[in-house]
Amino acid sequence: MTQRALPAITPETKHFWEGTRAGELRLQKCAACSHVYFPPRPFCPQCAAQDVQVFRASGRASLYSYVIHHRPTPGFTPPYSIAVVQLEEGPRMMTNIVEVEQTPEALLLDMPLEVTFERLTDEISLPLFRPARGAP
Amino acid sequence: MTPGSVAIVGAAETTELGVIPNMSQIQLHADAALNAMRDAALKPADIDGIACAGEIPTNIAHYLGIVPNWVDGTAVGGCSFMLHVRHAAAAISAGFCNTVLITHGESGRSRVGALPRSILPASLQGQFEAPYGIMGPPTMFTIPVLRYLKTYGVTQEQLAMVAVVQREWAAQNPRAMMKEPITVDDVLNSRMIAYPFRLFMCCLVTDGGGALILTSADRARDFPRKPVYILGSGESVESPMISQMADFTSSRAFRVAGRQAFASAGIHPADVDHLMIYDAFAHLPLYGLEDLGFVGRGEAAAFVAERNTAPGGKLPLNTNGGGLSYTHTGMYGMFALQESVRQVRGTAPAQVRDVQVAVCHGVGGMFSASGTIVMADRRP
Repeated sequence: MTQRALPAITPETKHFWEGTRAGELRLQKCAACSHVYFPPRPFCPQCAAQDVQVFRASGRASLYSYVIHHRPTPGFTPPYSIAVVQLEEGPRMMTNIVEVEQTPEALLLDMPLEVTFERLTDEISLPLFRPARGAP
Repeated sequence: MTPGSVAIVGAAETTELGVIPNMSQIQLHADAALNAMRDAALKPADIDGIACAGEIPTNIAHYLGIVPNWVDGTAVGGCSFMLHVRHAAAAISAGFCNTVLITHGESGRSRVGALPRSILPASLQGQFEAPYGIMGPPTMFTIPVLRYLKTYGVTQEQLAMVAVVQREWAAQNPRAMMKEPITVDDVLNSRMIAYPFRLFMCCLVTDGGGALILTSADRARDFPRKPVYILGSGESVESPMISQMADFTSSRAFRVAGRQAFASAGIHPADVDHLMIYDAFAHLPLYGLEDLGFVGRGEAAAFVAERNTAPGGKLPLNTNGGGLSYTHTGMYGMFALQESVRQVRGTAPAQVRDVQVAVCHGVGGMFSASGTIVMADRRP
């Protein structure tokens, strides 16, 4: 049983959470202006077009910025990273960096990462990121 | 609004600041409001406009016995009061009301009668940030900073200097919660909160409040205190999610609000005698100095380390000690405004000589909002 704060899925974000359950990171792309964006919305935040497509992202990212939190938090064992990653497709998202020491020495800005999924409940699988395999 | 056509004629903080377990949140609003009305020699019946954040204006108007013609409950975090000042100036200029009371009260530390802090699980932040273990501002406001440090080659020692310099200002202020001098080493050896942020780089958590009263400049000279004129103002919002802030090294909301404020006031950074930049964390004065155009990109840390913003420096900044050393209830913007008013009136504990133009710059909700007010000691 997780103690993490759990997302409540909305009609506009359903495709994203269906994707993570299926092991896919899904983003949206505007058919009119080609803008790729996150978080989910049924319209383009750049040009307001409502013709947008959901697609599977590569899952590749780089470490953009982070903190290492040292205080008690439900569902976490401090210290743990709270990070923002730069997705290969353009958007950024918040995540935790896992399968690596939670230290400034191990968490280097711009290091290559890849997505992995942690199943929290039947409904929610959370996208997390780990150092890319085969990366230096 | 014509620059200088509206003035602040009443300003006060709660009688006490810091730890006030014997007052609920709404009473902190009232305590500050009563002090501000006394400062302006006004009664509730003289007030016909009300603005506040943290409580809805209905609660405050009813509690104080005010019958408003104009109401503003803009709540965008700690800079809400800068937006209230701006909106009040517009409302007074438009003739919607004559005399506006703006209140802040927050039981940030004692949590007496305070609203619960929560993130809705169905909001975008609830879905795409909360599951990653964010726990309040120290885990969100701070996230862009490693990118800023790397982009500009700024060191943690330089970041620590912000806290050191502000403590020097606080030492001159009897009402500051933290007055003991500190060194860069003290800051870097204080308890780790969220790397790279240590305790002394994070704001205090206190109880308190403040209130302002504004009216038209034509009436302002009839009040007992020296009027503080509103010369210009600006406001903006960006993203409710820190992860979606467009540029981690610069705040769009800062730039938009600052640009409007300086342009509407007809001033340039070189004209500014005194500056407040809301400092919930040590990096905010750095972003503010750069985004408002006081220094170039990446130059703010060296500017602070070279003591330009310290007592005796050419740009006195956060002269009450700031959120880091003076007080920080949660929505600190009201206290930044109070210090700007004191400095323009000439009544601040660490008074800067001959303040003619003061800029007060606020941030709200982890870089999600901003408001900037330019004040002057005379009408242009």
